[in-house]
Amino acid sequence: MIQEPFVCGDSQIHRLDPRFRIVVVAAYAFVVALSDRFSVLFLGLAFSFVLIGISRLPLFEVAKRLLLVNGFVLFLWFVVPVTFPGTPLFHLGPLTATGEGLLVSARITIKSNAILLTFIAMIATSRVATLGAALSRMRVPEKIVLLLLMSYRYIFVMETEYHRLARSATVRGFRPSTSIHTYRTYAYLIGMLFVRAQARAERVYMAMLCRGFSGKFHSLQEFSFSRKDGFWAGCTTIALLGLGVLEWMD
Amino acid sequence: MDGLNPVIELEHIHFGYEAGARVLDDLTFSLHEGEKAGLIGYNGSGKTTLLHVIMGLLSPSKGTIRVLGRRIETRKDFREVRRTIGLVFQHADDQLFSPTVLEDVAFGPLNLGKTPKEARRVAMETLERLHLRGFENRITHKLSGGEKKLVSLATVLVMQPKALLLDEPTTGLDEEARVRIASLLAHLDISSIIVSHEYDFLAETAQKIYSMKGGRIEFDGDSGALHAHLHRHPAESHPHRYI
Repeated sequence: MIQEPFVCGDSQIHRLDPRFRIVVVAAYAFVVALSDRFSVLFLGLAFSFVLIGISRLPLFEVAKRLLLVNGFVLFLWFVVPVTFPGTPLFHLGPLTATGEGLLVSARITIKSNAILLTFIAMIATSRVATLGAALSRMRVPEKIVLLLLMSYRYIFVMETEYHRLARSATVRGFRPSTSIHTYRTYAYLIGMLFVRAQARAERVYMAMLCRGFSGKFHSLQEFSFSRKDGFWAGCTTIALLGLGVLEWMD
Repeated sequence: MDGLNPVIELEHIHFGYEAGARVLDDLTFSLHEGEKAGLIGYNGSGKTTLLHVIMGLLSPSKGTIRVLGRRIETRKDFREVRRTIGLVFQHADDQLFSPTVLEDVAFGPLNLGKTPKEARRVAMETLERLHLRGFENRITHKLSGGEKKLVSLATVLVMQPKALLLDEPTTGLDEEARVRIASLLAHLDISSIIVSHEYDFLAETAQKIYSMKGGRIEFDGDSGALHAHLHRHPAESHPHRYI
């Protein structure tokens, strides 16, 4: 079952106003993504480690998430150095790796890890429901918020439905292999999932209409920006400004 | 129940899905104030379609619908109907879409224009009424089947409807949950149409039993009387649970 393992903590970060957390992560992601200097990138990474430390999340779980992303990053290390134009560093058969290419790969690696870590510390520590309410309060368009909340709600139903279909295939002796039969079976499975999702979406919409839904999504949650949030806002603003100055200073 | 005001009146309703036989064929039916009507019928006999027609989710090709004496025609009329009549869907997963129970129950009141504070209050009251205290922060998709059904009922009751439509309320429930729902419905003081294919359940919850055949509704009798002479318990078949 899909879970939210980072939500159930009780650190300083867990208690912060979710609206503030969203803003910080967005600002941080921009600063780090747009930076090129390694000094700034390493400091940014250090910043995210500090946040993870404060959030007191289980490090092993965090590492597992990182591993997932770094799988993709590893792929970049295979491709970017040999395709990026620049001074040749070494040859691998017909391929030439460039120094610039290696540096670009290194930057991407640091950036993605740093942003992901901050995201885990600040966003994954909040329930999706709360995030949705926070986004809606921040005047993010209604449709986007609804999309987020609905996908979250129904991904579990879809998961159950998928398992049900897969089980029904298994009990009839289906064993995946590399064959047309396997591909076809999976295609049917996924197709059926889409058909059911469509039918369910219609029924859910009907149920919403029956309860007076008219396109606007109201929320019960109320947020307050406390003094502690203010303190955090001050610290993070200084940190982000510092990173920015370091990057764009001559 | 003559003399009491009708809540829902259907006259000569015709409905058919594209390229198919008529599902509702000249159907006439009325539900009176305080009446609990059980509607029994085979799969595909048009029970769910009927409920959806009443709510304006499907529009009939012919016929008139009246709710509380007023003729319902336009989309706006139906929007009004949805404040008056509550529909509990067959599958709770279709009905519960908010992350937490409290938010789901408060969804209707918020749509009716209540403030978050008021909505929270009426939602809590309704949960309490259904003995669901302590459920408010539970995650809807992690509830058991019976709990989901009760919460779906709460999401509709919180809007204080004048009539309640229940589509197969016992689908997928175990015996314990079934008994709980049955006693709850039997004690609810609200006009309702309860659709089911379980005779026993209807006998426990409804006063009058109707059946759906060939796109029409036929009156079968009072649920008590019906038991006495409309069916027997031959030795080879199982007696039902109703006492």
